[in-house]
Amino acid sequence: MEFGLTEEQRMLQESVSGYLGSACALTRVREAAAASDTKPADVWEGLAQLGVQGIVTPEDYGGVGLSMLEAALIAESLGGAAAPVPYVASCVMAPVALTQAGSAAQRDAWLPRIASGEAVLGVGLTEQIGRRESAGIGVEDGRLTGRAMFVLDGMDADTFIVADNDGAMHLVRAADTDRRALKTIDRTRSVAEVACDSATAEVLPGSVANREPLLATVDAGRIMLAADTLGAAQTMLDQAVSYAKERRQFNRVIGSFQAVKHLCAEMAAALEPCRSLVWYAAHAVRAVPGESRLMACHAKAHLSEVGRFVARTATEVHGGMGFTDLLGLHYWFKRIGFDRQMLGAPEIVREEAAVAQGWIEA
Amino acid sequence: MDLAYGEEYERFREEVRAFLAEHGKDAPPQFSRGKSDAQSRAWQQLLIERGYAARTIPKEYGGYGAEPDVLKAHIIAEEFAKARVRAGHIGDDRLVPTLLELGTEEQQRAYIPPTVRGEMRWCQGYSEPNSGSDLASLSTRAELDGDEFVINGQKIWTSGAQHADMMFCLVRTEPDAPKHQGISYLLFSMDTPGIEVRPLVTMTGDASFNEVFFTDVRVPASQIVGRRGEGWYVANATLKHERGGLGDPNQAETRFLHIVDMMRNETIDGRPLMEFPAYRDRLLKLQGQMLAMRFNGMRILSHAIKGEEPGLPRWIVKLNGCEMNHQMAGMAIDLMGELGVLYHGSPHIRDSGLWQQRYMLDLGLIIGGGTAQIQKNLIGERALGLPKELKVPPQA
Ligand SMILES: Cc1cc2nc3c(=O)[nH]c(=O)nc-3n(C[C@H](O)[C@H](O)[C@H](O)COP(=O)(O)OP(=O)(O)OC[C@H]3O[C@@H](n4cnc5c(N)ncnc54)[C@H](O)[C@@H]3O)c2cc1C
Repeated sequence: MEFGLTEEQRMLQESVSGYLGSACALTRVREAAAASDTKPADVWEGLAQLGVQGIVTPEDYGGVGLSMLEAALIAESLGGAAAPVPYVASCVMAPVALTQAGSAAQRDAWLPRIASGEAVLGVGLTEQIGRRESAGIGVEDGRLTGRAMFVLDGMDADTFIVADNDGAMHLVRAADTDRRALKTIDRTRSVAEVACDSATAEVLPGSVANREPLLATVDAGRIMLAADTLGAAQTMLDQAVSYAKERRQFNRVIGSFQAVKHLCAEMAAALEPCRSLVWYAAHAVRAVPGESRLMACHAKAHLSEVGRFVARTATEVHGGMGFTDLLGLHYWFKRIGFDRQMLGAPEIVREEAAVAQGWIEA
Repeated sequence: MDLAYGEEYERFREEVRAFLAEHGKDAPPQFSRGKSDAQSRAWQQLLIERGYAARTIPKEYGGYGAEPDVLKAHIIAEEFAKARVRAGHIGDDRLVPTLLELGTEEQQRAYIPPTVRGEMRWCQGYSEPNSGSDLASLSTRAELDGDEFVINGQKIWTSGAQHADMMFCLVRTEPDAPKHQGISYLLFSMDTPGIEVRPLVTMTGDASFNEVFFTDVRVPASQIVGRRGEGWYVANATLKHERGGLGDPNQAETRFLHIVDMMRNETIDGRPLMEFPAYRDRLLKLQGQMLAMRFNGMRILSHAIKGEEPGLPRWIVKLNGCEMNHQMAGMAIDLMGELGVLYHGSPHIRDSGLWQQRYMLDLGLIIGGGTAQIQKNLIGERALGLPKELKVPPQA
């Protein structure tokens, strides 16, 4: 029994965090955000050297072939740095969808290029979780018509995986669609609205009349978003604690005031158990499949709640400085806000958790 | 990550399960108060013989005498909780470890065996009317007179003092020393002349704690644990053991399952509560917190197996665990609506009014053993390294 990370896993996480600490410090995040660059080439290249893009892609396809837990550790590091990287959809969700539902030819065509960082795929499954407005995609003679509203990593991608109204997944080239950027609070990741008008597409055959690959893809995405929030919230907490040790008012450091100290303690008490929840949810994907959907839902929903609490509280501990652009704390605040809404806001995801344990019918 | 316990431990788990299947029916009710009865003592004796109670207490002190094995201890606790069968004890999980660590051999021989058998019951005499969170300011005096300490003063909130045979008690022996260095840790019988116990009725309507008054209570000087003036450090060894126990995730899991049953079985307008999205969402929020604490517990366990100090994951257990239990009780009451206020034998009562009882008792546990605010001070200062408050000079 060992509930924790292996030496290799710790080293992997340290190397990614270490790299981001130097190559993607706040100034770099700020520059990229100002230029609406959600995939700065230097950072993308540097991460490719570490194998980030291929983390879950099987070794036969040029990937590293590691588990969801390693992928989550990377997501945590990326969130910790607020790094502008199209990771969740392209490096994790797309490989899961392709591995589980793609044809041999599709896997051969895409997985090696995803793993090397050469190809970026956007993923648009939102309508299968909770449709807004009249979005959704119909299929006629293998061609797609309709809209996918929130395609993750969509502006960095040249191809998308989108779900049709029956839940089957399709590969569609950006060039065959009408894509526009949605501006979000979070300038470190991109979301696109993708409209198709009889667009040529390739169905992922394993996803026809079988929801399992789609659900597994969503689970993976949710675990990554939860891990991203964990990293981002930890950064905010660390910053709040160090600020509280330095900033002086009334002739003393503010961290000696209980009002401030207790806010920090509450953040730590809420956040620390989240680490174990994310580890378990990620580990369960392979090791405890019977629980994995429930755990992915809970990781996503619980981290969304704790993330929001930490984001606002850490900002508050910084006083007016926290509210400024100058300090940059808001990049993490917004990152956490973004993660919370994507792939199902907490109430929606908790309802799915009720279904997953048979409390109610779908 | 490796969730497997391995063959040896799985076999051990099977043994525990088989034992529970065979003997679980002979166990006394899970929670009962008052003087220990014959059934409880017989049960405890059986558990010791099988190694499910007092497992690592040496044989010559009435225990089972096994080598410490964190995982086996965990399996025993888990299986007893799952089966909802009364677990064994070591008599007093604050005192016995302290005696094993710091007591003289004579004290160990005299007190551990009857305590472990459940024949000798203890109460903890720490808090005083003017010394609660600021325990080190306590003023109950003990003066050496020949080879006896003479104790005068008062304790309060002393749980179980009305049923206890013995007290472990903090007294001031060095009034001129700095406050943490003038305290000693004494053991004495509650039958010693000069002790008066006055039960205090709590908000639940029971008298579970007491005031204890000392008037010229004479205790042999050999009844001290550790040296004179070192009582604070001895007591902290005890508090460490107590802090680990409050907020135990197993308890939250049992409660949670109970609430899920209630959601399925209670109805409003003929519809089970599980069909109401607002209740469901609240239940799911609690489940998320509970799971996070379950896995946090597994992380602590992993550290313990390796003999490592877990740090932050451990510091938060009392605060989070007690709060979560309290919220669960609150939710159960809300699920019952008007039925939720019924108490003490009323018609239509559910679970004998258990949830109102728990809702109050849990608040007591949030306060007792170091209040939530004190826990936050500890997390802030010990785990996050934030500075202490500015010291205020004592008021005249
Ligand atoms: C159910 C129950 C059982 C108990 N059993 C025992 C027992 O068996 N033996 C025993 O010795 N004691 C026992 N106690 C006493 C318990 O340990 C004390 O109640 C507790 O330590 C708090 O002390 P107090 O009651 O004097 O409250 P106070 O210390 O007066 O606290 C009042 C309020 O002030 C806050 N406060 C105090 N100091 C600080 C600070 N530095 N920073 C921030 N806030 C602060 C507290 O958090 C609390 O909200 C029991 C208590 C309860 C409720």
